[in-house]
Amino acid sequence: MSTALQEPQTTETVNYLNAEYGWKSWLFTTDHKRIAVLYLISISVMFALGGVFAMLIRLELLTPQGDLVNSDTYNKIFTMHGVTMIFFFLIPSIPATFGNFLVPMMIGAKDLAFPRINLLSWYIYIVGALFALAAIVMGGVDTGWTFYTPFSTTYSNTFVITAAVGVFIAGFSSILTGLNFIVTVHKMRAPGMTWGRLPLFVWANYATALIQVLGTPVVAITLALVGLERAFHIGIFDPAIGGDPILFQHMFWFYSHPAVYIMILPGMGVISELVTCFSRKGIFGYSFIAGSSLGIAIIGFLVWGHHMFVTGMSMYAGLYFSFLTMVVAVPSAIKVFNWTATMFRGSISYETPMLYAFGFIGLFTIGGLTGLFLGTLGMDVHLTDTYFVVAHFHYVMVGGMVLAYLGALHFWWPKITGKMYPDGWGKFSALLVFVGFNLTFFPQFILGYLGQPRRYHAYAPEFQVLNVMSTAGASVLGLGFLIPLIYLLWSLRYGKDAGNNPWGAKGLEWTTQSPPTTFNFDVTPIVTEEAYAYAKHEEAHVG
Amino acid sequence: MQIPLWPEAASAVAVDIDHLYIYLTLVSVVMSLLIFAVIFVFAIKYRRRGDEVPQPIHGSLRLEIGWSIVPFLVMLTFFWWGAKIYFLNAVPPPDAIDVYSVGKQWMWKIQYPGGQREINELHVPTGRPVKVTLASEDVIHSFFIPALRIKHDVVPGHYDTMWFTADKPGRYHLFCAEYCGTEHSGMVGWVTVMTPADYQNWLAGGGSSGTMAQQGERLFEQLGCSGCHLLDRQGRGPMLRGVYGSRVQLAGGQPVPADDAYIRESILNPNAKLVTGYRPNVMPSFQGQITEEGILQLVVYIKSLAIGNAPGAPAASAQPAILARPATVARRSTQPDGGKQ
Repeated sequence: MSTALQEPQTTETVNYLNAEYGWKSWLFTTDHKRIAVLYLISISVMFALGGVFAMLIRLELLTPQGDLVNSDTYNKIFTMHGVTMIFFFLIPSIPATFGNFLVPMMIGAKDLAFPRINLLSWYIYIVGALFALAAIVMGGVDTGWTFYTPFSTTYSNTFVITAAVGVFIAGFSSILTGLNFIVTVHKMRAPGMTWGRLPLFVWANYATALIQVLGTPVVAITLALVGLERAFHIGIFDPAIGGDPILFQHMFWFYSHPAVYIMILPGMGVISELVTCFSRKGIFGYSFIAGSSLGIAIIGFLVWGHHMFVTGMSMYAGLYFSFLTMVVAVPSAIKVFNWTATMFRGSISYETPMLYAFGFIGLFTIGGLTGLFLGTLGMDVHLTDTYFVVAHFHYVMVGGMVLAYLGALHFWWPKITGKMYPDGWGKFSALLVFVGFNLTFFPQFILGYLGQPRRYHAYAPEFQVLNVMSTAGASVLGLGFLIPLIYLLWSLRYGKDAGNNPWGAKGLEWTTQSPPTTFNFDVTPIVTEEAYAYAKHEEAHVG
Repeated sequence: MQIPLWPEAASAVAVDIDHLYIYLTLVSVVMSLLIFAVIFVFAIKYRRRGDEVPQPIHGSLRLEIGWSIVPFLVMLTFFWWGAKIYFLNAVPPPDAIDVYSVGKQWMWKIQYPGGQREINELHVPTGRPVKVTLASEDVIHSFFIPALRIKHDVVPGHYDTMWFTADKPGRYHLFCAEYCGTEHSGMVGWVTVMTPADYQNWLAGGGSSGTMAQQGERLFEQLGCSGCHLLDRQGRGPMLRGVYGSRVQLAGGQPVPADDAYIRESILNPNAKLVTGYRPNVMPSFQGQITEEGILQLVVYIKSLAIGNAPGAPAASAQPAILARPATVARRSTQPDGGKQ
């Protein structure tokens, strides 16, 4: 690439990255942007770790016999894949990185409402992650990320309490981030930034923050009870000492289903930004997209029982949960339709972030629709706890959330670092991710309907062909994740200067310099137009 | 090498669920393709050509209502069809053959009323409903037969039941579907579906230690139950003849049905549901002193004491299930006049 030969020529301006130097300036920073970068590095490490576990799972499943590792090791690997990916990557992913970086800038504020609490939440996350890592290093956990009782409280011989403490602690980080966002959005908006003018990414993070604050305490309590029963044999969940294992599932899913929306809502917010920018057009149905985020946040609290249709729960409860599962799908469908309508008569370009947005819409649609299979009572009886479920939630979590995360990373990378990455490599790896992802997870829908249960170390020989396809896809997917790591790091040193607004995007964050100064805006901006007003004040392209 | 795409179906319900699955898949494919096609067309037709800045379209209430309501109505058909299958298959028919399964790390123990016992093997006839009573000795397991498209969690501390009517002879996978520890993926077995004649032959081949009820009767003696629960008159504990299937009046006042779960609880936690007129703390708990299989044998024994059954023999003699229809006999004869006891 010719750009590789050019040394950046610009004179360095003062920005949040070079305003101060030294490790103290990072570890004691209260700048939301620096904290976002700290989070970005931390969750990338956890993502890489979770990815290594994923590759080990897929390697083991190349053959029907359990021959690469023994059963106990395999059980620990999939547990730690789930724990690191869900609690230490997906839940913090977009809010703690891009939310942290962008929410204040998008509303014209200098920082979050509580900058020190923001830093505290990162430290809490790190402590939680250290406990999880300690559990892994000491010998692992084998309960599955769901910590089902009484296996987790009485029967598992692994480091359940250490891992649970890690998740418990990390939960407080999530609560504090949510609290910070809620207060920030309420109190820190620039003059003229009315609720109706908030970028949809802010709405999505606001809705997410509500779930974080209201839901996370429940999982914290649940895991604390698991710890109490395991350590002190207080009978809560184990029937042998007077408890009820189903109680655990109600408490766990009361958080963990809304947690799915903690993971996906911010991704939806990203897609709203990408689709408007790369269609160069205002969003279609602003209030419906904003309102559907709140709708998902609220109704999402009422559907947890659809994880429990075969536990012997009352049929009538099953009816209620199945019905509401259909209801909660409507706001997601509304978003997909509105994004599509936004492209109508737009001016659509296909830079890397937009490719990820296309990928998101396609894969999330499949993930959402297959979720309806699982919400359908008679169908779920066959499908639950099979690879169909695994495929479904990876379509939502990887096909949806991780693609949105990569889209966000490629979209705001020039703002965060001031540098541009090679777009050709970006498009190439986006394609690899898309192809690799589908090859990995689509066969798992078929495997699930055939009846392969999840969390199986060894499986029936007739399932092998589809498993080999899945493993082959995972290799492509892994490569698709690795390439961006290389060219993004490369761009830090050799990338072209991005300029303030390389995409010609609207939004206050693009009116600042790249990278922004410590307090974002020299003068507090005054907002006079709605979000995504592309038609009114089109800015000149820079870079 | 052939790629399997469709599982075998060994029951009418499995075929029903296949139809539902095909419907869900078709609707999903049509909906996705519609969305993808529209996006594809837009992406090509409205690709960026220069510096044009399109005028925004703020929205359309009519469209929003339309694309909320129409998909929701489609989803309601999913809901309705799925709920229908779920409800139709929730309650076992009264003439179902009983089979008892205890999940234990990491095996399925199967008992038949005739006294036959197996591990990781379940034999059933075609054409007759089979009710499986599920118990767990340790953690949660899940009893999953893909060819029948059914599974049910096996939760410790509870009895769960599921039922099916297989109609195609063959050998089908039995899987544990709820993660249960080290050898979870080894907790697998086979369901053998046989013609009624083959099934009769198979039944005749096993069961040397008496029927389940007789095994239960022996336990009843060994554990000393018979010291207090006399068969023909009141002892220190309630007389158990005729109890099964009746409604028992509790000390608290409310009546409860004396079913499998009630008997299990009364053995493990006698004070939980005290029959009116009896003092607490007389009967010791048998928690930890008896296996789940033993409890099931006691349940079957007590069931055999229901009105209309001769003690010790009935619920399943050597020619049991098919001809005797134990559960039916027990229930039909006790329930109508149970209140008079």
